[in-house]
Amino acid sequence: MSKHDFDVIGKDQKRKDGPKKVKGEHEFADDIQFPMMLHGRIKRSDIAHARIISIDTSKAEALAGVKAVLIGSETPIKYGIVPQMPTEYALAHQKVRFYGEPVAAVAAVDPETAERALDLIEIEYEALPVYTTPEQALAEGAVKIHEDNKFPGNIAYEADQNFGDVDEAFKNSHYVLEKVFKTSYVNHVFMEPHCAVSKFDTNGELFIWSTTQIPHYLHTHLAKVLQMDMNKIHVKVTGVGGGFGGKGEVSNNELISALLARKAGRPVKVLYSRKDVFLQHRGRHPIEMRVKVGVDKEGMITGIDYNGTMDGGSYGGWGLVILFYTAAMLHLPYNVRNVRFYARRIYTNKPTCGAMRGLGGVQPRFALESLLDQIAIDIGMSPYELKKKNAIGLSHETVSGQVVRHSEFRKCLDQAVANSGYLEKHGKLPFGKGIGLAGGYYISGTAYTLYMAYKPHSSAMIRVDNESGVTVYCGATDIGQGSDTVLGMMAAEKFGLPFESIHVVSGDTSLAPFDLGTFASRVTVAAGSAVCKAADNVLEKLKPVAAIQLGVSTDQLEARQGKIYSVFEKSKEIDFWKVVEKYIDAHGPLTATGNYTPPRRTGNFKGANIGHSPTYGFSAQCTEVDIDIETGEVRVIRVTEAGDCGQPINPVSVEGQVEGSIVMGMGQALFEELKVGKDGRLLNPSLHDYKVPTATDIPELKTTFVDSYDPDSPFGAKEAGEGPIQPVIPAIFNAVYDAIGVRFTEMPITPEKVLRALDEKKKQEGMQS
Amino acid sequence: MKKLIKLEINGENFDLAVEPTAYLIDVIRESVGLTGTKKGCGIGDCGACTVLIDGRPALSCITLAVACTGKAITTIEGLSKGTELHPVQRAFIDKGAVQCGFCTPGMVLSSKALLDENPHPSQDEIKTALAGNLCRCTGYAKIVEAVEHAGQLLSGEVTHEQA
Ligand code: FES
Ligand code: FES
Repeated sequence: MSKHDFDVIGKDQKRKDGPKKVKGEHEFADDIQFPMMLHGRIKRSDIAHARIISIDTSKAEALAGVKAVLIGSETPIKYGIVPQMPTEYALAHQKVRFYGEPVAAVAAVDPETAERALDLIEIEYEALPVYTTPEQALAEGAVKIHEDNKFPGNIAYEADQNFGDVDEAFKNSHYVLEKVFKTSYVNHVFMEPHCAVSKFDTNGELFIWSTTQIPHYLHTHLAKVLQMDMNKIHVKVTGVGGGFGGKGEVSNNELISALLARKAGRPVKVLYSRKDVFLQHRGRHPIEMRVKVGVDKEGMITGIDYNGTMDGGSYGGWGLVILFYTAAMLHLPYNVRNVRFYARRIYTNKPTCGAMRGLGGVQPRFALESLLDQIAIDIGMSPYELKKKNAIGLSHETVSGQVVRHSEFRKCLDQAVANSGYLEKHGKLPFGKGIGLAGGYYISGTAYTLYMAYKPHSSAMIRVDNESGVTVYCGATDIGQGSDTVLGMMAAEKFGLPFESIHVVSGDTSLAPFDLGTFASRVTVAAGSAVCKAADNVLEKLKPVAAIQLGVSTDQLEARQGKIYSVFEKSKEIDFWKVVEKYIDAHGPLTATGNYTPPRRTGNFKGANIGHSPTYGFSAQCTEVDIDIETGEVRVIRVTEAGDCGQPINPVSVEGQVEGSIVMGMGQALFEELKVGKDGRLLNPSLHDYKVPTATDIPELKTTFVDSYDPDSPFGAKEAGEGPIQPVIPAIFNAVYDAIGVRFTEMPITPEKVLRALDEKKKQEGMQS
Repeated sequence: MKKLIKLEINGENFDLAVEPTAYLIDVIRESVGLTGTKKGCGIGDCGACTVLIDGRPALSCITLAVACTGKAITTIEGLSKGTELHPVQRAFIDKGAVQCGFCTPGMVLSSKALLDENPHPSQDEIKTALAGNLCRCTGYAKIVEAVEHAGQLLSGEVTHEQA
């Protein structure tokens, strides 16, 4: 069959969980109830940096209805998503490092009693100086937030990478531009707060239901912190009400629910309030970046120099990985041969930053796409022309050794520009109106696990049974993006069966074979490959049976539309289920597995393992803004997007990912920002004070796909969940420049900043005239 | 001290003992056991807990249960008849307006209330009516489309099959 001749793939499919979700029947962790279940609540520090002198829980324990009280010294085992660098405890041990850190926990018969008990816990602290900015944390003589930190002072990690000769490149450049960019402290704001329910059975085995993106990592963390064998722990992912990376790390409530359940001997639910979610955080790193780019006369990029300081907050989390991702994502999707990168991540006394949609890419893209826009304008070239000239071709190897096996980025630029009328509009719209262009890309999964392991990154098992149907078992986790649908569609296409007939069991460490989890846009390619291989292996078993029934050779058989038939003679066909029945009658159960390991690559520099991906998705956006000169309000009125996600498996889902990404990025560009007081306290940890876009804020969204098919991917597919957020912010900033001639370099562009800048501009123009 | 009250939820009467300070959402979820109503913030900022009280959308997380006696409460569970979905629910599925599904019950109920009052809302009217319901997954575009489509389904301009 030709590559685009599919029955299921590439056609809008209604997700199977849709009816349950519109009826409110989809089960989220907070919907789970057990007899005798207790409610856990967490006592948080009211100081940002301090030594814990004493904790007195006696009054809390004496309160009627309290069944267990837990403090950090009972669980002094450090963990971290990067296992080589554990920095965190389930409950603060000896020290607290941010305002609102979990210090003690209570399980009681109802939430009110648990909360009352928290007030009875007395904690004595010895205050330490509070550092809320990297600048303060790096000051001479600053106290170490982590005493055992290997790097000097409060540097959590630092690294540099150097390719080509950047200084020489700049010397020979026609034009060099340098600017300092600052990104903001933003949260994922998934709508469902964290929640976990833990329950031990009579044999001492732990069952935990949680809203997580990473059941496997939760599994390993629980084993470590509770000091239990992994085979006695069963992680079950419930409905996940959005994650965006925020549920891609183990959350304190998960460990605390398990620890409390063990201590109390009863099931325990620990549900976060919205404020707790902001304190758990793991949102995007604010980065201050000094970035310099040179070009030659033709506008070809000669070199990039990057120097960034990441505000990491109080713990390690994904930080070190994100630092190296930033290095890897600095120069693509352009061809750049001279690149210098230096970055450090700094501990501060704030809720910890971590993985958020498009991690590693969003900040450097903001800087690079802004600089390239300005450079083009300064040298009298269209930003489109400059970006098109530098864009990578169909395949590419970066100077740092990343291999892009398939890219249609140039098509993305062309299509976004054509569909938006960018060339007719840019530089030509009336004052206050503008259009901006930006490009971006993202990995489709990572080539390395966080810890040394040789097992496949994804695995799947398929069972085909003429009574119970087709069931795909895969450890991947559907967090709302629709991966269960995508995996089911792939199996349906392979077997030639309707999508509705495929069952998918996912997100369960006991039922489904191993998968790393949902992050780095890996599921479609990695889990998809595993499912496709498992399906192929099932067909391997079925086809010989069909061949004998039909009297033709195996290699001419294909499964489609409920039949297995000869591609040469359609009349030689047999019902798929008839073959299954014959197979089972003769051999017993029909199952097969498949697995996937991405190609491994490395290099001889620090962080060389990080950033490689089997394949990459691309996108370009042209964004139009309308600025109210009186109020300073920036309104995004239209976003024209063209994306290369390979073959879209379920187009309606891809559109949903793109639209969600654009609106999320717009929030960060224009208004979202967590504010922190001098004492380290979050000043706006509510959805009233931390504004996210509402329906009334949305622009017209014109999303399209470019014609694309990665022949080495399952059904030609690549990522779609994180690439589309990359261009959003710089496209808006570039549009604002086009509208009012002000180059903002700091997020978010609030009305106050716009008015101040316009004022400043007027003054300067007045001085000049 | 708990008070005995009667609540009419989805056309059924429930005799309940509730604290005078108990919010409707907790009574619905915990005492009655209807968990389709979601809590995204608990303080009136996100709309996930939207229910209909006498046909109008209300935030159940800031509505006292005792204030709801004598009123008709509709939760998401009361919208469909068995497996037969309400046209708004149908439209959300048909238009791909559902991702994680956490905002969905509230969105669906706010949309239904809008369409009951204004069967042919403009896109701007839809956006305004849904401004109190946050969704972080969809970027709202498909939700707005779904509500427009639901209006057409309800008025019979299109049928589900044409979707
Ligand atoms: S839960 Fe009621 S408005 Fe958020
Ligand atoms: S679908 Fe996830 S919040 Fe709306």
